[in-house]
Amino acid sequence: MTKTRSLRWSLPTLLLAATANATDMPLNMTKGVTEISQQVYDLHMTIFWICCAIGAVVFGIMFWSIVRHRKARGVQPAQFHESTKVEILWTAIPVIILIIMAIPATKTLIAMEDTTEADVTVLVTGSQWKWHYKYLEHDVEFYSLLATPKEQIINKFAKGENYLLEVDRPLVIPTGKKVRFLMTSDDVIHSWWVPAFAVKKDANPGFINEAWTRVDEPGTYRGQCAELCGKDHGYMPVVVIAKTPADFESWVNGEAERIAKAKAEEQELLAMNMSLEELMSVGERTYTAYCAACHQPNGEGLPGIFPALKGSAMALNDMPGHIDIVLNGKAGTAMQAYAKQLSLKEIAAVITYERNAWGNSTGELVQAADVHAVLQGKGE
Amino acid sequence: MALKHQPLTVKLAVIALAMFGFGFALVPLYDVFCDLTGLNGKTAVTAATAEAAQIDTSREVVIEFIARPNKQMPWVFKPEVTRMTVHPGEIHIMNYLAQNPTSRMIVGQAVPSVSPGQAALYFHKIECFCFTQQQLAGGKDMLMPLQFYVDPALPSQFSTITLSYTLYDVTSAWTGDSAEPSQPGE
Amino acid sequence: MSAVVTDHEHDHEHHDHKPSGIKRWFYTTNHKDIGTMYLVFALVMFFIGGAMAMVIRAELFQPGMQFVEPNFFNQMTTVHGLIMVFGAVMPAFTGLANWMIPMMIGAPDMALPRMNNWSFWILPFAFLILLISLFMPGGGPSFGWTFYAPLSTTYSGDSTALFVFSVHIMGISSIMGAINVIVTIFNLRAPGMTWMKMPLFVWTWLITAFLLIMVMPVLAGAVTMVLTDKYFGTSFFDAAGGGDPVLFQHIFWFFGHPEVYIMILPAFGIVSSIVPTFARKPLFGYASMVYATSSIALLSFLVWAHHMFTTGMPVAGALFFMYCTMLIAVPTGVKVFNWVATMWRGAMTFEVPMMFALAFIVLFTIGGFSGLMLAITPADFQYHDTYFVVAHFHYVLVTGAVFSIIAAAYYWLPKWTGHMYDEKLGQWHFWCSLISVNLLFFPMHFVGLAGMPRRIPDYALQFADFNAFISIGGFLFGASQLIFVWLLVKCARGGEKATAQVWEGAEGLEWEVPSPAPYHTFETPPVIK
Repeated sequence: MTKTRSLRWSLPTLLLAATANATDMPLNMTKGVTEISQQVYDLHMTIFWICCAIGAVVFGIMFWSIVRHRKARGVQPAQFHESTKVEILWTAIPVIILIIMAIPATKTLIAMEDTTEADVTVLVTGSQWKWHYKYLEHDVEFYSLLATPKEQIINKFAKGENYLLEVDRPLVIPTGKKVRFLMTSDDVIHSWWVPAFAVKKDANPGFINEAWTRVDEPGTYRGQCAELCGKDHGYMPVVVIAKTPADFESWVNGEAERIAKAKAEEQELLAMNMSLEELMSVGERTYTAYCAACHQPNGEGLPGIFPALKGSAMALNDMPGHIDIVLNGKAGTAMQAYAKQLSLKEIAAVITYERNAWGNSTGELVQAADVHAVLQGKGE
Repeated sequence: MALKHQPLTVKLAVIALAMFGFGFALVPLYDVFCDLTGLNGKTAVTAATAEAAQIDTSREVVIEFIARPNKQMPWVFKPEVTRMTVHPGEIHIMNYLAQNPTSRMIVGQAVPSVSPGQAALYFHKIECFCFTQQQLAGGKDMLMPLQFYVDPALPSQFSTITLSYTLYDVTSAWTGDSAEPSQPGE
Repeated sequence: MSAVVTDHEHDHEHHDHKPSGIKRWFYTTNHKDIGTMYLVFALVMFFIGGAMAMVIRAELFQPGMQFVEPNFFNQMTTVHGLIMVFGAVMPAFTGLANWMIPMMIGAPDMALPRMNNWSFWILPFAFLILLISLFMPGGGPSFGWTFYAPLSTTYSGDSTALFVFSVHIMGISSIMGAINVIVTIFNLRAPGMTWMKMPLFVWTWLITAFLLIMVMPVLAGAVTMVLTDKYFGTSFFDAAGGGDPVLFQHIFWFFGHPEVYIMILPAFGIVSSIVPTFARKPLFGYASMVYATSSIALLSFLVWAHHMFTTGMPVAGALFFMYCTMLIAVPTGVKVFNWVATMWRGAMTFEVPMMFALAFIVLFTIGGFSGLMLAITPADFQYHDTYFVVAHFHYVLVTGAVFSIIAAAYYWLPKWTGHMYDEKLGQWHFWCSLISVNLLFFPMHFVGLAGMPRRIPDYALQFADFNAFISIGGFLFGASQLIFVWLLVKCARGGEKATAQVWEGAEGLEWEVPSPAPYHTFETPPVIK
């Protein structure tokens, strides 16, 4: 939306914008980029203007009365205290206004809920604190994590343009096609929201929800998780890139290839031994992205919620147990099974890192092959 | 003085207690409500009997199968095919592959969810691995069958039904009285 | 309505025997003492909850993490909400009910004075437990005041047990208080005080008390289920065991929506008392006010799922809840129209209670408008869980409920203390509060529309300027309330003697007893003509 138009929106807006020192924040709901989001915007503006009109009349009469009917002007108070006619009138008029309002709202709602005949279906899974996307028609799935570096959050580095609204792997969808989203969650309730599409749907653990969109303009659209989902609720953005169908096709094929290649590489890795240095550097990166949210960057956890790794019995003495818990998670806790999220190399590296960082100096190296062995049930 | 207030006080206290009970009664009421309206897309928890329903060959319904182990669940869990086109009334069998890559026995419970929710009322399962907890020893795999049909009364606005299973690790809560693994794999 | 107060009523002051010192407050069964304790308690909680809001606003002053960790931030939003709802607004209304209802209906005391003592004295312990939980390893409750499962069950810390216990105590206290109000109003009205002669404050509180009895037990049920899900292996809300997390929201909002009316109906009663006094004109449409309040209360049981439009529900369900929610605007509108009609052709003066009541009418209506916008389901998908919602409910709760409580305090303070408050200081308090509260909450509408989710400790750069602005408004609003405390202390200690009627246009039984109101009033019921 252009700035001038949003400034014309209303007088208080204008005043605020002046005092708030020229910001690029839009002052109104986005019109978005889909037919539905446009309809939602129109509904929003209609009801907004209706409220303004009612407000102008009611407050106008009230302020008129405050100015004119004050004791200081020497008026004598009237003594009337009811009028059935007036009371019926001001019950009936709002009812009529509301009925007028309900009609377009109903139409839009029915259109929003019609998820039939989709061209592409994406399974969106919320997980503390990242999104997982899986294309049902293609062999492509991946996690999408916050890409803003920790240093920006703790004010060590200057904040980038898309601070907190950037991810490592965005969701890609084709333009001009009906894309259906199936929402679910791995742990608590999350809510997948992209304002430009007017799509906000809760991801409920164990249940699936549906939503859809059809984007005509290629572009990058950003949103966030909208339902409080624990500590890092503020750090799970949604980024969607809409590409033309041809670009989408080549992206999705490239992605499928990349995933297949990574799997093949895994096999090669089994025969290789990585150095401590390499393991530690890959491990630290993986730890920061996947583990630090709970176990904290310093490995000390959060007492009472997330256990410490620094000095823990498992990280010091129980290597098979350590590999097992990272691979398979622990039921009934927030500890996830990472076997399906991370590569063997990353798992080996992160375990090595956890066993050698913050004064956990076991000196032990864990290799991809060790992880593979546990994964195949031959660990002990 | 106090006696004068006793009847009303007692009545109000009874209302409060009844409302406490009502809070709990909302749980079964919600289930009944969901069964009637398909509010949360849950399917029946017990087997439907295979009625000799008319097969409506003039109509096709696409069934999408989604299987997801929960993130604390190490099993591999997937359907044999991801979508299937069926005629309402036809009985089909769909197999799900489960594999336990760990070295320990794990008990799984699959939780179904159907979208759109109202379609759940028309999706009947004659047999399903989700009716019971499934037990699988470390390193083993198995096929788990689902036998179902779509009610010919399915309203015409539903052309696709998505059936999702989320598989949970319930080993810690396992009572041991559930069925044996239905079909050990090869 | 007018009343004849029997003469010997005025001679009562000499046998106002009450135990002295701390014992007086522990053992008291006097409705005025208990009312005072409720009000002081609410004020203390208002400042504790407010201090937490200051922590939230300090952290949100700039993007990036400066002062607290995300986990602690979540504890602040959670406990701020719980304290303000259950510790400040509700006890303040109960305090007002204790003080004023017996005096308004010509009763000597509340009907169940010993229970009254209990329902107050368990309250400080409830909040002590809640506050102590913040110091547990892992911190206090951090799942929002709405404590959605499974965040509050499988994924919460061990302070959840304390949270549940604390909510149980608050609930028991509220229910006992509500029973007391109902029994008092049913059984102790003075002869001639018929239903349709009762002041609106009494009416709205009667309806509120019924709402409390209906829904607080449901909240108790919800927290009990959270407790058993977390510690005793039940699966009410756990999909793995056959439960449904969305069920939690249905139960919670079945309580939660009537709860928001519990926090606003007494406010309607207060404003309906103040506006006629300062307009020197009877309330317009008394009967329709009673009917409107009752219909709001009834409708409040049919709209709970409008808090849950994004959870995924069948279109028919969403439509039903949308229509019912829009319908609530009608009786609420009637109330606002009636207040304006009461002012019309009155002879108004603008003492502090009137100023707060006028601000209430305008600002509460703005909150009502955003509520109407939120009812439109498709638009709600964009507003839901953003700062637009935060703006909405702070307009109805701060400039609505809290402003009405402050108005009530100014209105009845001379009756309680026997002294007029410092009018000039009060006007300062009003104008500082009015300006800062709008600096605080009005920009939240824009931030929400621009897409900032609620309950986040850190935000994208585009929201930075507005958030800095909002935080400044927040600090100013917090500071403005210190003026109020100063004024209260001054007024309690001394000041110009107040007359029995206090306000020129005031009518009702409470204005026929001397100021300060004697320890025992209406031991012989007055006769209402």
